[in-house]
Amino acid sequence: MAEEFNAHHHRRARNQGFQVAAAVSLYGVSFGALSVALGFSIGQTMVLSLLMFSGASQFAFIGIVATGGLTAVGAAVASAGLLGVRNGLYALRMSPIIGPGFFKRALAAQLTVDESTAVAVAQSDLTSSRHGFWATAFSLYAGWNISTLIGAIAGDALGDVRTWGLDAVAAAAFLALLWPRLTSREPVVVAIGAAAVTIVLIPVVPAGIPVLAAAAVGIMSGIYRHRVAPHAPERTEGGAS
Amino acid sequence: MSIWVGLVVASLLIWALKTAGYVVPRRFVEGALMSRVAGLVTAALLASLVIAQALGDNGAVTVDARLPAVGVAAILLYFKAPFMVVLLAAGVVAAGLRFLGLMV
Repeated sequence: MAEEFNAHHHRRARNQGFQVAAAVSLYGVSFGALSVALGFSIGQTMVLSLLMFSGASQFAFIGIVATGGLTAVGAAVASAGLLGVRNGLYALRMSPIIGPGFFKRALAAQLTVDESTAVAVAQSDLTSSRHGFWATAFSLYAGWNISTLIGAIAGDALGDVRTWGLDAVAAAAFLALLWPRLTSREPVVVAIGAAAVTIVLIPVVPAGIPVLAAAAVGIMSGIYRHRVAPHAPERTEGGAS
Repeated sequence: MSIWVGLVVASLLIWALKTAGYVVPRRFVEGALMSRVAGLVTAALLASLVIAQALGDNGAVTVDARLPAVGVAAILLYFKAPFMVVLLAAGVVAAGLRFLGLMV
């Protein structure tokens, strides 16, 4: 009986993972198409999905380089890296769940993103968490890269970004990534502050720098809020990658 | 920095951050402050990227077909529309306004 019960939980965890991965993978099509339409080669686009494998960081990288050109590559690297900091925190959370084994942990590291962590921590027991993590991780890695390639090939045929409204799609993509994080007043206020700083700085400083200034706003508000209200509800999981 | 170097450096940086979480002992880094900062930095960066992508135009703030498109995306997100629907709608609005010559 207990074994049957466990097997049911594990299967449910895996199925959750497959569903999340299927939904988010489709989004890779828009990344691939946008990246190529913004001027990146199919090879560069695929390296981003295969190596970086973190949606928000990938979109940030192509967005900043596309608006700022070669001089903004440094800012693009910094922004993509800052967006990757939360993956490091997910990894801390996942570390005891994944368990020992060098190869297994190295593989888990690359696959630790919003979705795989969210499915894993949503499970009620350790083994189900493992099932959920690996099911999400593998299917998302495969799905994200296949759909990136499809999008990149399609994007190659699209031509001008603006004709197809792809510049607006990029903005909507960032908004869709931001939306699930606006769950309490704190991130909403910080997001509005960051937006204001960006509007003020765009005409004054080179492309890519306003985004880094906004990151500084986020860091300083985090430190300030921690001092004023150390026990307010926090949120690190969820949202899309 | 060339685009290729940037791509690889950024990818390695993110890989290193992910790996660090599996290598560094939990007590050194985990705390309310770190998760607070990481959460708010993510929100701040994404909000900034929305603005830069929706209004930025070679060092100027410009209102064009992107803004109504993002407005439609926000309405759809409020009603919990799926990701792809939101993105497609934004593209259709911007492309449509330009095709009809209503906005640049």
